[in-house]
Amino acid sequence: MTDITASSFVREDLVAERPAPVKTAGFLGFVRTRLLNSPTNILLTILGLLLIWYTVIPTIKFLLVDAVWSGKDRTACLAENAGHPVGACWPFIQAKFPQLFYGFYPEAERWRVNLTFALGAVLLLPLLIPRLPAKGSNAGLFFFAFPAVAFFLLHGGGITGFGVSWVAGLLQLFADSISGVGEVLVGLSKASAAGPLLWAIGGAIALVGTLLHWVIFPLIWLRDQMQAAGQGLWLDFLITAVIVSVILFMLGGGARAGSRPLIASLATFAGIAAVIKLMGLDHGGMPIVDTRLWGGLLVTLVIAITGIVASLPIGIALALGRRSTIPLIRIFSITYIEFWRGVPLITVLFFATYMLPLFLPGNFTVDGLVRALIGVSLFTGAYQAENLRGGLAAVPRGQEEAASALGLSWWKTTSLIVLPQALRHVIPAIVNSFISLFKDTSLVSIVALFDLLGSLRASFADPVWTTPSTAFTGFAFIGIIYFIFCFGMSRYSLFVEHRLNAHRRN
Amino acid sequence: MGVEARKPPTQIALKLRRALGGKAGWNGVAVQLVFGAILAWIAYEIISNARTNLETQHIAAGFGFLQNSASFDVNQTLISYSGSDTYFRVFVVGVLNTLLVSVIGIFFATLIGFVVALCRLSPNWLVSRVGGLYVEAIRNLPLLFQILFWYLAVLAALPNPRQSVSILGSFFLNNRGVIVPSPLAQPGLVPFLAMLALGLVASLVLRSYARRALFAQGRVIRIWPYVLTLLVGLPLVTMLVFGLPFSFEFPQLKGFNFAGGARIIPELVALTVGLSTYTAAFIAEIVRAGIQSVHKGQMEAGSSLGLSRGTALRLIVVPQAMRVIVPPLTNQYLNLTKNSSLAVAIGYPDLVSVWAGTSLSQTGQAIEIIATTMGVYLLISLFTSAVMSIYGWRLNRSLGA
Repeated sequence: MTDITASSFVREDLVAERPAPVKTAGFLGFVRTRLLNSPTNILLTILGLLLIWYTVIPTIKFLLVDAVWSGKDRTACLAENAGHPVGACWPFIQAKFPQLFYGFYPEAERWRVNLTFALGAVLLLPLLIPRLPAKGSNAGLFFFAFPAVAFFLLHGGGITGFGVSWVAGLLQLFADSISGVGEVLVGLSKASAAGPLLWAIGGAIALVGTLLHWVIFPLIWLRDQMQAAGQGLWLDFLITAVIVSVILFMLGGGARAGSRPLIASLATFAGIAAVIKLMGLDHGGMPIVDTRLWGGLLVTLVIAITGIVASLPIGIALALGRRSTIPLIRIFSITYIEFWRGVPLITVLFFATYMLPLFLPGNFTVDGLVRALIGVSLFTGAYQAENLRGGLAAVPRGQEEAASALGLSWWKTTSLIVLPQALRHVIPAIVNSFISLFKDTSLVSIVALFDLLGSLRASFADPVWTTPSTAFTGFAFIGIIYFIFCFGMSRYSLFVEHRLNAHRRN
Repeated sequence: MGVEARKPPTQIALKLRRALGGKAGWNGVAVQLVFGAILAWIAYEIISNARTNLETQHIAAGFGFLQNSASFDVNQTLISYSGSDTYFRVFVVGVLNTLLVSVIGIFFATLIGFVVALCRLSPNWLVSRVGGLYVEAIRNLPLLFQILFWYLAVLAALPNPRQSVSILGSFFLNNRGVIVPSPLAQPGLVPFLAMLALGLVASLVLRSYARRALFAQGRVIRIWPYVLTLLVGLPLVTMLVFGLPFSFEFPQLKGFNFAGGARIIPELVALTVGLSTYTAAFIAEIVRAGIQSVHKGQMEAGSSLGLSRGTALRLIVVPQAMRVIVPPLTNQYLNLTKNSSLAVAIGYPDLVSVWAGTSLSQTGQAIEIIATTMGVYLLISLFTSAVMSIYGWRLNRSLGA
C-alpha cells in the first residue's frame, strides 16, 4: 500500500485567495451590468446622458430656475428687467388662471363650477376604489343623478313640470308626427299614380295617430289642469312618484317580494325632491349662464364626462346590435360603427356644427356646446361598441346557454349574465378610450368652443402679456394639466388590468 | 335490407323565418319593421327639414358649384393652381396635400417609432428609460396640443430669415419655414431613372428566381452581389456616361429673404413633426409588443439548428413579430392619415382646411362638402382595411400550408 498523503498530486500549501467576483448587486453593480457592460453600452449610456442633458435639464431650468414668479404685466418677464435669461413667465398663468379654468363664466357664479367639480370628485373617487361598497348606487348617482344636477348647477334655470308633463309632451309630439305623416301621404295620393294605395296607407296612419290622441287624452288633460292651477310642479311630482312607485312595486313582485323596490323608489323620489327644493328649481332655479360664456377646463371636463357617460349606452346598444341575428339591426350597427370609425373626429365636429342645424326644424336651434357634445358622443359610441364587442366575444358561449337553460329571457340573459362579465373584461380598453376621448376634447377649439387649449390660444392674443416665453409657459402649464389627467387614467387602467388578471399571474 | 333514411322535409317556412328575423323569428321581423319605420321617419324628417332650411337660406342643393371659380389662394399646392380655378380643383389640391403630409408623416413616424422601440428594448437601463419617458410624455398629451406647440411656440420662436439657423450652409431654419436646396433636372435624368427602374425590375426577377430555386430544389443562390451591382452600379455607370441626373440650387440670402431653393411652409413642418412624433410613440409600443411576443425559445431553437444570430433573427424572429406588428401598425398609419385633418387648426391647406373650411364658408354647401370630405376619409380607410384583409388571408394561407 502506498501512502496517499505522500503522493505528489496532493497540494501541500493553501490555494491563493481568488479575487472577489464582480459585484452585480448594489448601485455600483447596477451601473456596471446595466450601463457599462460593453463598449456599445458605454456609447449608448453616453448618448442617453447627452440626450437628458440637452432636453430634461433645460426644461427644469426653464420651468423653475429661470422662471419669473411675480409681476403685473409683460415687463416683469423681459430679460432686461429680470436681469437674467427669462424662463417660464408664471405671472401670465396667474393672470389668465380664471380664463383657463372657467372661461368667461361670471365671477359671482364661479362657486357653482367649483361645487360641481367637488360633487363630481366626491362621487367618482369611491367608484374608482374597488374595496369600497355600494358600487351600484354609487354608479347610479354618478351616471344619472350627477349629470342632471350638474346641468342645473352649471347652466341654471328651473323646471315647470315633472314626469307627467314630460311624458304627456313627448307622447303628444309622437302622436302629432304620426298624424302629420298620415296627412302628408293622403295629400300625396292626389298627385300620384298609386293614389288609392297611398290614400289607404295614409288614412290608416292618420287613424292610428287619432287613436293615440284619444288614448293619451287623460294625461294631457291632467297636465293642463295642473298647469292651469299654477305651481303644478309639486302636484306633478307627487303624481309621478306615486305612479312610478306603484309600477315598480308591481313589477318587483308585489307584496310577495317585500317592500324593497317600493322603499328604494320612494327614497329616490325623496332625494329628487330634496335636490329640487335645495336648488330652488321650483322657483326658476339659479340665474342662467349661457354656454357661450363657458370655457377653459370647465368645457374640457363637461365634454369629456358627457362623452364618457353618453358613449357607454350607445356603445352597448351598438355592440349588442352587431351581435344580433336580426338582419336589419345588425346591418345598421355595422354600418354605423364602420362609418364613424372611418372618419376623423374633426369632420364629425364639422358635421355637427354645420350639417346638423340643417337637419333640424327651422325654429329649433341647438346650442354650440350641445352640438359638439352630440358629435363627440356619436363618435365615441362607435369606438366603445368595438371595445365592448371584444368583451362580449370573450364571454364563453356556455354562459349564455346556461342562462337559456334556466329559462331566462334574452333581456335577462344579456343584462344579468353576459354584459356584467363582458364589461369586466373590457374595463381597461374602456378606460383607454376615455383617455383618447379626453385628449380629443381639445379638437372642439377648432369649431369655436373655448376649451382648455382654445382658451390658452385666445390668451396668447393679449398684448399685455406678449413676451418671448409666454407661449412656452402657457403650453407647459396646460401640458401638465393634460398629462396629469391622462397619466392618472392610464395608471388606473393598468391597476384594473392587474386586478382582473390576478388569476393569471404566477 | 335497411330502408334508406328519409330526408327531413324541407322546412321552407322555417328557413324563411330564420332569414328574415334571425334567431328571434317572427318577433325579429316585427322588431325590424318597427326599427325600419323609425329610421324611415327620421330620414323623412331630415330630408324635409333640410329642404325647407336650404330654401329659406337660398342655397341650391347639388354639385353645380364645383364648376364655379374658387377665387381664393392656397399657399401650398402640388398641382398648378390659381385663384381663378374651380372648386373641384381646390378639392383635388386638398386631397393631394392630405396625402402628402400623410406619406411624409408615415415615413418619419415609422423611423422614429422603430428607433424608440429599440431603445425601450435595449439592455441599457438609461436608454430604455429614455425611450419610456418619450412614450409616456407623448402619449399623454393631446395631438392638437403638440401640433400647436410646435407651430405657435417652437417655430414662431425661430429667428427671422436674416438670422436663420443654418445647417451645413444649405438648409436654413427660420420663422417662415425651412429653406432647402431644390433639385433641378439635368439632361442625364431620363437615362438615370430608366436604368434605376431597369435595375429594380431585374433585381425583383432575380429574387423570385432565387426563391423558386430555394423552394423547389433546395439550392441556395447568393444574389446580393448581383442586386447591388444592378441597383448601384448600373445607375453609377449611367451617371458617368450621361452626366449628373440633377443638380441642386442652393438658397442664398438676398435682402430680407432667400432666393433660390425651395421653401417648406412652417405649417407643413409643424404638422409633420407633430404627427410623426405622436404616432411614433404608439408605433414604438406596437413594435415592442410584437418583438416581445416572440417566445425566446424560438431564437434558441434557431441557434440549436446552427443558424447564426443574424439569420435566426431574419428568418425566425422578425417574420413572427411582423405577424403581430403589421395589423396594428396599419391601423396607426390610418390614424395618422385621419389625424392629419388637424391641419385645419394651423392653416395647412389639407382637405379639411381648404375644402370643409374655406370652400364651405364661401359656398355654404354644407351637406355636399362635408359628405365628400367624410367620403374621402372613408374611402381611404375602406381601402386600407381591404388591403389588410388580403394580407390576413395570405398570412392564413401561408400558415395553413
